[in-house]
Amino acid sequence: MNMPRFWREIQGRYNLIGSRCGNCGEYFFPKRDICPKCHRKSVGKMETVKFSGRGRIISYSIVHDPHPEYKDMRPYIMAIIELEEGPRLTAQVVDCSPEEVKTGMEVEATFRKLAEDGKEGVIFYGYKFRPLRK
Amino acid sequence: MRDVYVIGAGITKFGELWERSFRDIGIEAGIKAINDAGISGADIDALYIGNMSAGAFINQEHVASLIADYVGLAQTSHIPAIRVEAAGASGAVAFREAFLSIASGMHDVVVVGGAEKMTDIGDEMANAITAMAIDQEWETVFGATYASLHAMMARAHMERYGTSREQLAMVSVINHRHGALNPNAQFQREISVETVLKSGYVAEPLRVFDMCPLSDGAAALVLASEVVAKKHGNAVKIMGIGQSSDTISLHDRKDITTMDASVHAAKRAYEMAGIKPEDVDVAEVYDSSTISEIIAIEDLGFFEKGKGGKAAEDEKIALGGDIPVNTSGGLKARGHPIGATGVAQIVEIVQQLRGEAGKRQVNGAEIGLAHAIGGTGGTAVVSILGVKE
Repeated sequence: MNMPRFWREIQGRYNLIGSRCGNCGEYFFPKRDICPKCHRKSVGKMETVKFSGRGRIISYSIVHDPHPEYKDMRPYIMAIIELEEGPRLTAQVVDCSPEEVKTGMEVEATFRKLAEDGKEGVIFYGYKFRPLRK
Repeated sequence: MRDVYVIGAGITKFGELWERSFRDIGIEAGIKAINDAGISGADIDALYIGNMSAGAFINQEHVASLIADYVGLAQTSHIPAIRVEAAGASGAVAFREAFLSIASGMHDVVVVGGAEKMTDIGDEMANAITAMAIDQEWETVFGATYASLHAMMARAHMERYGTSREQLAMVSVINHRHGALNPNAQFQREISVETVLKSGYVAEPLRVFDMCPLSDGAAALVLASEVVAKKHGNAVKIMGIGQSSDTISLHDRKDITTMDASVHAAKRAYEMAGIKPEDVDVAEVYDSSTISEIIAIEDLGFFEKGKGGKAAEDEKIALGGDIPVNTSGGLKARGHPIGATGVAQIVEIVQQLRGEAGKRQVNGAEIGLAHAIGGTGGTAVVSILGVKE
């Protein structure tokens, strides 16, 4: 994959930047230009927002057979996480063993290296989640 | 809108067909369907091809032109040839497009093919290509695999409805039992619940035997208008067809124990056919994993939401059960050459409705349903066929 594709995604992936519909108030991650509920009424009213990074696990899996770029990490935890503002996303859960992870567990975003595109390729970074530190 | 019929069906052996090329299998299926229909090349008005990713699997795009050429219809009748892509639903969407082209009055005889050649490359690369059906920017890049998303659906279904690991395994057991009766299936050997539960983890709680294989294969159908079909003794009517979309990312769906695209596609198909789920005698559903079959038989209305696991345990979906599902062996045992699957499912239903399914025949089957999914549920197509007048 080439550099511009990664650059384009940096805002969302590094900083949890998404959108809020100025018409109905619903939050979205990643950014959307049109609200799926308000359609045309939302055009030009989508606001950029940064999410808190706190959320909870909706479901999870322990991955044993990953794509090649992720092999060094296996087994690892993948989860669907619901952010406290409402949107859901897919991310790894780290600093937590497969035995500890639970549905409903409170988590928070942390900035990590995701993988690298071969030995000479781009290293890409972004969010992973860890158990919430209270 | 005009009535549309299936008047011919053909399918190749599914499996790791190392000695055969994409065009070999595509043409074999097409010739079988045309012979079955008893038509000649000059009768064909158009060709629709379901194919997910020939560009990535075999470095070949423009496959509709290629198939039209090698079935001998490009240089003579110069028919329109159209490739359709919707991941795992590619073949089913091609079928619907072909249906529409006849229903609209534009064409009278149309061939629908589905083909995929997945074993010319290694498993790792093939799995990466398959994962292109999920959101590459917001799922795959974080480490998600196709299997891991199904695993999350499975865990949610297990936690909410009490679906057990053994019940999931039964889906695979039944599909292998059916596959053992299908001479074209990739796997023709029965397995036990222990086989599934002792296989290695792919993504917990799912194991190797919960997931469909990588396959080569092709299937084809000949569709015709009523005028043409009336001259044909063995026509099967397309009673209803529904297609729906949903978010491409699994996480954007509020409930991951159901696929809304399936629910909506089924509603449209049942309404158009004027039937209810209980009227269906035989069904082919999208079991890319054991959990996806359980979710499908619930979403299609065969069983109440949450009761699909019990239905598998009680063998209600096996041959001889209340509603035999995946008599072909399904994606799990017949095999899953992605673009071919949606067409192959309809080939099975056509054979069942004509009473030509051999050892896996559902006696007296008059109404059959085929259900295909793209990705984790971003596309769904439900087709209902019948021989009841």
